[in-house]
Amino acid sequence: MADKFQKEFPQLKPGHSYLDSAAMSLKPECVIGKVDDYYCRLSVNVHRGLYPESIEASALYEEARAKIARFLNASKDEIVYTRGTTNSLNMVTRFLTGSLKEGDEIITSELEHHSSFLPWQALAKSKGLILKFVPLDQDGRITVDNFKKVLSAKTKIVALTYVSNVMGYITPIEEIIGLAHEKGALVIVDAAQAVPHFKVDVKAIDADFLAFSGHKMLGPTGIGILYGKKALLDKLEPVEYGGDMIDDVGKEVSSWKKPPYRFEAGTMPIAEAIGLGEAVTCLNRYGFDNISKKEKLIHETALRELAKIDGVKIYNPGADTAIIAFNLENIPSHDAVSFYAEKGVSVRAGQHCAELLADWLGIASSLRASFYLYNDVEDALRLAEVTKQAIAYFRNLGF
Amino acid sequence: MSQLDNLYREVIMEHYKHPRNKGLVGGPGYKSFHIKNPSCGDDITIETKVEDGIVKACHQEGTGCSISTASASVMTEIMTGKTLEEAKNIANNYLKMVHNEEYDETIDLEEAEAFSGVRQFPARTKCASIAWQAFLNTVSEE
Repeated sequence: MADKFQKEFPQLKPGHSYLDSAAMSLKPECVIGKVDDYYCRLSVNVHRGLYPESIEASALYEEARAKIARFLNASKDEIVYTRGTTNSLNMVTRFLTGSLKEGDEIITSELEHHSSFLPWQALAKSKGLILKFVPLDQDGRITVDNFKKVLSAKTKIVALTYVSNVMGYITPIEEIIGLAHEKGALVIVDAAQAVPHFKVDVKAIDADFLAFSGHKMLGPTGIGILYGKKALLDKLEPVEYGGDMIDDVGKEVSSWKKPPYRFEAGTMPIAEAIGLGEAVTCLNRYGFDNISKKEKLIHETALRELAKIDGVKIYNPGADTAIIAFNLENIPSHDAVSFYAEKGVSVRAGQHCAELLADWLGIASSLRASFYLYNDVEDALRLAEVTKQAIAYFRNLGF
Repeated sequence: MSQLDNLYREVIMEHYKHPRNKGLVGGPGYKSFHIKNPSCGDDITIETKVEDGIVKACHQEGTGCSISTASASVMTEIMTGKTLEEAKNIANNYLKMVHNEEYDETIDLEEAEAFSGVRQFPARTKCASIAWQAFLNTVSEE
């Protein structure tokens, strides 16, 4: 029986379980409707036109920004539209390039998604910076105590994930940010797996920069957010130049608009930004308390049922969010995933863009099931049932 | 009966459990090529020794799913003793087959024919391809 959440997601199919929301969430009708409405009725650019359609498009685009700002407890001029988390995090690296010098230290971790790690690795290589990895504890968590071991007077940047996209652990980010600030370091938070699942308050945690994507939180693809503290954004030069971001252009020198517009060169994904605003409305309407309660029930059910099956290895039984990283003993994840797919269970197999973590776990790859508000207990039970069938099937083949 | 039965044929399972020509030898005359599929963790190195236009030896090493492991094993057996022209022909034809493209059915793919089931599983095309692509790279300058 579909509940109030599920009814709004036309992609859901009876008898199928979509368990890859950590990669991409499904989209509710209200978000699709908003995107559709912009294209059908308006389809014109923002900030440039003086005709009614452009004025309305601009208003929708800016209302969405205001909504996203309230959602994060930020102010509107601290919200930069980007192409997604990857784009946001790469932008921050480019923002800060000039302020770093040889020997400066960057704190990162083996839990990072490649997009939170590779931009810093590349920068470190080109500028002689030093990458320091927070030692993960025995479960694979980032802890405050272990963070202290790598924090020093040389630390200039702390770039960490808020929630691991494989292990589902919540980083004690607020305390880490406090400690980093005592040393004068800037903290960049990859919140791609956090913002969709619980209330993120940028003021409360005191993040300097925070990045996330629309497509993991019921929003469209190709849109994301970079939050930056106003005082920081005001001092930063653009990383892309082009239309709409200028104040005054001359042959010798030009000047830029104030943030966030300075950082939004060219025509932005307008429909997607409006759609993301609607996704925020939708999440507010569902309420994070309800979302968490539902995710917790599904997650606990799945863990309980999977634990009953011989031959299932779960890497993160203590996950804080509804993500399960696991393998079936002696069955490579890419073999297993074909079986799940045939039985209508969409799980992910591979390294999940977190190869350092696979190395830390000592595995070539894993399966990952991730749940979101439109899943239900049936999905957890189906995951366990198909897991049983998969093990029996492959054992019979000789795996 | 599962659709997957078309994928996991006996020949494939046999090679998966008992991979042939496993382990790299190195040394003069050998050329090796490494391919990794970063999304799934398949990681395969193929080394080949060609003399007088004949594939004298072909070895494989790596980790991966059953399809990539078995296809590497099958490939090394087929290639050993073939002329370069025969070997390249078979490899190219095999790759067309697993990519579900038109291929020349008159060319004998020997045991590699067992991978024709991959066509029904586009998500596994890469698994079935990487060892063969690595092989073609080892002989590209020959």
